[in-house]
Amino acid sequence: MNRILGKRRLGPGIWEYVLEAPDIARAARSGQFAVLRLHEAGERIPLTIVETDPRSGSVKLVVQEIGKTTREMAAQFHVGDCILDFAGPLGEPSRIERYGTAVCIGGRVGIAPLFPIARDLKSAGNEVVVILGARSAEFLFYERKMAAVCDRLYTVTDDGSRGERGFTSDVLRRLVDSDQRIDRVWAIGPPIMMKVCAEATRFAGIPTVVSLNPIMVDGTGMCGGCRVDVGAKMRFACVDGPEFDGHQVDFDRLMARLRYYARCEAEAADRYEERIGSQNREDAR
Amino acid sequence: MIKPRQTPMRQQKPGVRIHNFDEVPLGYSREEAVREAERCLQCQYPTCIDGCPVGVDIPRFVGQVARGHFDAAIQTIRETNSLPAICGRVCPQETQCQGTCALGRKFDSVAIGRLERFCADWEATKGFEPARVPATAGVSVAVIGSGPAGLTAAGDLRKDGIDVTVFELFHVAGGVLVYGIPEFRLPKRIVRREIDALCSMGVNIELNVVVGRVLTVDDLFARGFDAVFVATGAGLPRFLGIEGEHLGGVYSANEFLTRVNLMGAHRFPQYDTPIRIGERVVTIGGGNVAMDVARTALRLGAKESMIVYRRSVEELPARSEEVEHAKEEGVAFQLLANPVRFLGPDDELAEVECIETKLGERDRSGRRRPIPIPGTEFILESDTVVIAAGNQPHPLIPRTTPDLKVTRRGNIVADPVTGETNLPGVFAGGDIVTGAATVIEAMGAGKRAATAIGRYLGVSTGADAGESQAA
Repeated sequence: MNRILGKRRLGPGIWEYVLEAPDIARAARSGQFAVLRLHEAGERIPLTIVETDPRSGSVKLVVQEIGKTTREMAAQFHVGDCILDFAGPLGEPSRIERYGTAVCIGGRVGIAPLFPIARDLKSAGNEVVVILGARSAEFLFYERKMAAVCDRLYTVTDDGSRGERGFTSDVLRRLVDSDQRIDRVWAIGPPIMMKVCAEATRFAGIPTVVSLNPIMVDGTGMCGGCRVDVGAKMRFACVDGPEFDGHQVDFDRLMARLRYYARCEAEAADRYEERIGSQNREDAR
Repeated sequence: MIKPRQTPMRQQKPGVRIHNFDEVPLGYSREEAVREAERCLQCQYPTCIDGCPVGVDIPRFVGQVARGHFDAAIQTIRETNSLPAICGRVCPQETQCQGTCALGRKFDSVAIGRLERFCADWEATKGFEPARVPATAGVSVAVIGSGPAGLTAAGDLRKDGIDVTVFELFHVAGGVLVYGIPEFRLPKRIVRREIDALCSMGVNIELNVVVGRVLTVDDLFARGFDAVFVATGAGLPRFLGIEGEHLGGVYSANEFLTRVNLMGAHRFPQYDTPIRIGERVVTIGGGNVAMDVARTALRLGAKESMIVYRRSVEELPARSEEVEHAKEEGVAFQLLANPVRFLGPDDELAEVECIETKLGERDRSGRRRPIPIPGTEFILESDTVVIAAGNQPHPLIPRTTPDLKVTRRGNIVADPVTGETNLPGVFAGGDIVTGAATVIEAMGAGKRAATAIGRYLGVSTGADAGESQAA
């Protein structure tokens, strides 16, 4: 049982949670994730660890309402409540070294896992350039937090309501084409964004790390559901990843595998909305 | 007069049971148990005990059953076996105790497994009596993994007064007993009962602890544990390395079974984890896991469930009872065939292309090697394929314990008798050492390691005392 110590809305359907988890807070490194299960009938979902505070024994997570579990968490799990199961840290930590100049790209909720990596790259002595992307201004979060740990920050929104209009990959391409030296790129976000970013750096040969979030059941190296093709070899995101060389990842297959369960996920989420909706109507009576 | 045939066990009818997840064999009544136990010859020099990896005193407990002394019988079993209700259900008895039963040379062997199950279930009906545990020995052991090897070691160590904490990375204890073996073969309440029995002896179980990541093996010693037993078992599934394994609808047996057994996907949407299967399910492999998958598929509503196995019926590694049950339930067997590739437009499986095989020379495993016959390719239309081709060793402990000696395949190198590894105080046993084997073999390894750990810690163990008497 892990108590919820904090909960904050970052944007529409985007929540920041602080969970009590002293051992994980002590052990987790940037790039790692944890698996969470809300209750007895719950599924195990992987969530990236955003920040840890060993002194208070807590870890910070960002949850976006996508499927049933994340909607249920947002609607029904508040400060003081407990999460039934929370296990981690899982996966290999990011390889933080002094590379020189690092460009860190966070798209949508990928901004959350990007934060600790940008922060650690900065404290390792890199010049850190951050590109944040969101659908629109209201979906953008951690802008100030990021600004504090990087040398330059670019903000992009699909509709231009904040920063420039376009995609993170547009900014990346511009930086790659400029005479600015780039030694390493981290891109975390929707698979299509990571794919396009990896393409943008391929020709220039800039090592580009992506963090994958494929379907996982247990998340601990058992089920093989998170298999991804990396350089024509089968790798497992939960134990070999979640970070891989973006130039080697077969993103099309990753996206296809994510789609396979989309219908089930939508069905579960709809049923949940229906149930909650009817409960709310009854409560209102 | 010896009755030549085993007393049959009542079971759910195939037409009924494929629509539920309840246990298939229903167990012996008292009368049936006594009748079966009376068949035992009570050999002066019994051979059945040699067939048991944990050395249960079989003639003694069977004799006690025959006399109706069920209390005494379960005590006898529990002297050496901490998980009798489980072993009675999932051990491959025909190749172990029953395989060496003297009666079996001429007639059916004594149904030792069924009698063991009877004793354990009988004990459960009258309420469990916690085992007496000697005063604490003042030493403590960390067991990593709560599968059969870990649980057995924990029970045996505790019986010697050693403090034991079992670390499990899942949210439920039991390892393969809960995520792997389906409810209809091993009800989870039975596993729960055996684990409760261990807890009542004072075994401490901590769930959701990712040893290797949240705590390393070194951290465990720093926390005051005097020895560590690594029993992390099997890990990532082996795939076939053929075209199309990325397709939606292609599962490993681990994923397929974990979704159902551990996460309750058969009760989706009451449970949150879904499982997507189609009408035609093909399972690749011939072991117990393959049978479990093929039978689970029927219960999930598959219209056709087929096993594809590259050798012949004689080589099927599954327990004969599982093969029989699968056939009764309508699982089809495509023997002497091997998949070549998986095909599917739109990234979802539609067809399995197979090739016929014939058996050649014996390979190193002693089984005849399957050889594909060119030009015999054929197509199985299929919506779901499940690959039950075994597992690699669980990667976490080898990867996070830098000095621990492992084989090229990632198995921990450990002494087969004592479980000692190259690191002082670190022992290992079960599938993480041997690769995929059976529940009872893992239990045997747990048992031997517990004895060795007791000796290492200078605690005289019950098993040691037994050995010195025998000497």
